[in-house]
Amino acid sequence: MSREVWVFVEHNSEKILDVSKELLSEGRRLADTLKSELCGVILGDDNKKFYKDIFSFKTDKIYSIQHKELKDFRVLPYTTNIVNSAKKFNPYIILFGATLTGRELAPRVASKLRCGLTADCTELKIGDYTQPGNPPKVYKDLLLQIRPAFGGNIIATIVNPEMHPQMATVRPGVMKMNEPVKFEGKVVDIEPVIDDNDLVLTIIEKVKQEKRVNLTGASIIVAGGMGVGSKENFKLIEDLAKVLGGEVGASRAAVDAGWIHKDHQVGQTGVTVRPKLYIACGISGSVQHLAGMIESKQIIAINKDPNADIMKVAHYKIVGDLTKVIPMMIKAYKEKV
Amino acid sequence: MVLILGYLYPKGGKMYKIVVLVKQVPDTHNITANAMKEDGTVNRAALPAIFNPEDLNALESALEIKERYGAEVTAITMGPPTATEVLRECLYRGADKVILLTDRRFAGADTLATSYVISEAIKRLGKVDIVFAGRQAIDGDTAQVGPQTAEKLNIPQIGYMLELKSLKKDVIEVKRAIEEGVEVVKCKLPVLITVTEQTNTPRYPSAKRVALYKKAMTKSELLAKSDNRVSYLNPSGLSEEFLRSKGLLIEEWSLDDIKADPSMCGFAGSPTKVYKIDSVVLEAKETKEYEPNFESVSNLIHKLIEKHIIG
Repeated sequence: MSREVWVFVEHNSEKILDVSKELLSEGRRLADTLKSELCGVILGDDNKKFYKDIFSFKTDKIYSIQHKELKDFRVLPYTTNIVNSAKKFNPYIILFGATLTGRELAPRVASKLRCGLTADCTELKIGDYTQPGNPPKVYKDLLLQIRPAFGGNIIATIVNPEMHPQMATVRPGVMKMNEPVKFEGKVVDIEPVIDDNDLVLTIIEKVKQEKRVNLTGASIIVAGGMGVGSKENFKLIEDLAKVLGGEVGASRAAVDAGWIHKDHQVGQTGVTVRPKLYIACGISGSVQHLAGMIESKQIIAINKDPNADIMKVAHYKIVGDLTKVIPMMIKAYKEKV
Repeated sequence: MVLILGYLYPKGGKMYKIVVLVKQVPDTHNITANAMKEDGTVNRAALPAIFNPEDLNALESALEIKERYGAEVTAITMGPPTATEVLRECLYRGADKVILLTDRRFAGADTLATSYVISEAIKRLGKVDIVFAGRQAIDGDTAQVGPQTAEKLNIPQIGYMLELKSLKKDVIEVKRAIEEGVEVVKCKLPVLITVTEQTNTPRYPSAKRVALYKKAMTKSELLAKSDNRVSYLNPSGLSEEFLRSKGLLIEEWSLDDIKADPSMCGFAGSPTKVYKIDSVVLEAKETKEYEPNFESVSNLIHKLIEKHIIG
């Protein structure tokens, strides 16, 4: 039985998104463990230009579906074509980036294939699962889909024992991207299926907008949480970030409070970051937040509560009032530099 | 089975039929220490149950269409009997009809089994023009039930609506968020649309409607009120007929009512299984503490500059 690991390769007509490269890298590790093949699945009207890039993550095979109606992402024709290909080649695993596109597409594909799907995984592993019962049933080499759950207060490991493919989405920045190498695999062209019923939605206009902030690429991030206390105080976070030449991050609580735009959210449902320095101000450190920043090289936590979880993962901690500490930091930095 | 949602246009304009999917969720955004059990798991009972925030935005979108174009708005939730509370909240804000999908056999459902039950219930409503759903619920954050319900109904979906541009007969034009910007799409009804907190600002309950609908209840709630006596009359004078005649009887549908296949509902119908749940154990790092005074903070900054982390 083939146990192909598929990655849905997302692109914007010009380039492949980073999250797809991260997933190809992760998919390579999973395929190696399973001793099977890594396959990229790409839909578009001119896929050839992406092949070299896809292969450079040691992709064994590219399933390419090309048609002018597939130029831009539309959930219905994309679903039909991925489902059609999956039925033909029976992949063992399909991974999607948890982008706006992936989060619309993956559930629809899973529903059509009647298989399970786990959203926003932070870790993927291959392992065995014993289903309780009499007698218990052992499933070998399943995809263990690990994600924080319940607002990030627990970590759940999910499996899809019976109904395959096993499907998961992963947020951008979560998996590490391998260095691209020179590699050539095989291209398998799949005949597109274009059904009129799938074309009931038309795109009238598309406007590209840059994200407000590039957190994944930042080397310094100053982030604020609920402990910041107010929108006015949040300005302190922005001031410190500006002085240090960093970007502004936030916990979900601060975003929910309306102090800062969602694009700044760090965590499982936001962005995952690995900066050189992460300064967490007034952030208690829920699992959902920690999942997004724990791999920062250096972490400074400023919090009134000495027992806050963020203090346990910090390299440096200051127990105190951030409205006093941050101005001190700004002053000290300006004096030193 | 392919479901065909037909259209009948009443003379002199169209009355849209809209369904809103809502969910009662534990307030996971405000988990306090006392909501955690000794073993590190979450004590659901200790968390307040709230109306899932983005479902309020979905309801708002439906009510805006009702006001602008004319529509009948039906809110549906799947959950335990206590979830009736969010349905009353829908009535307070302007929903015309609410339905509770409740059955022990619905329990333990993942998103696939949930969307199956919801889609089967929607099919019982006859023709539906638009289904609105919040993008995601805060207890799971999966954002899967909307798209999966659309797939099960065999209708298109529009995710992350930012603005309703127009609705003309059976064509809707919507501005929505996409990965690298925004797009305007045009789609033929019926369609399922997911709504986010950016879409609109949900209205508050109307005082008049609260006064009217606070007595709205399900048959189970009514029976519980009358000490489980099977008598339809109770001391307060409320009866099923009375509630129904006043539009105060909240419909309660079981698995059998929607003629669902039990093997596709609840735990049995869920392909995903929870292998294990771990509480989070933080590995303590060696943490250096600095005092919150200028000298100490200055030392820390100096150290970071020396190590070329900043500066």
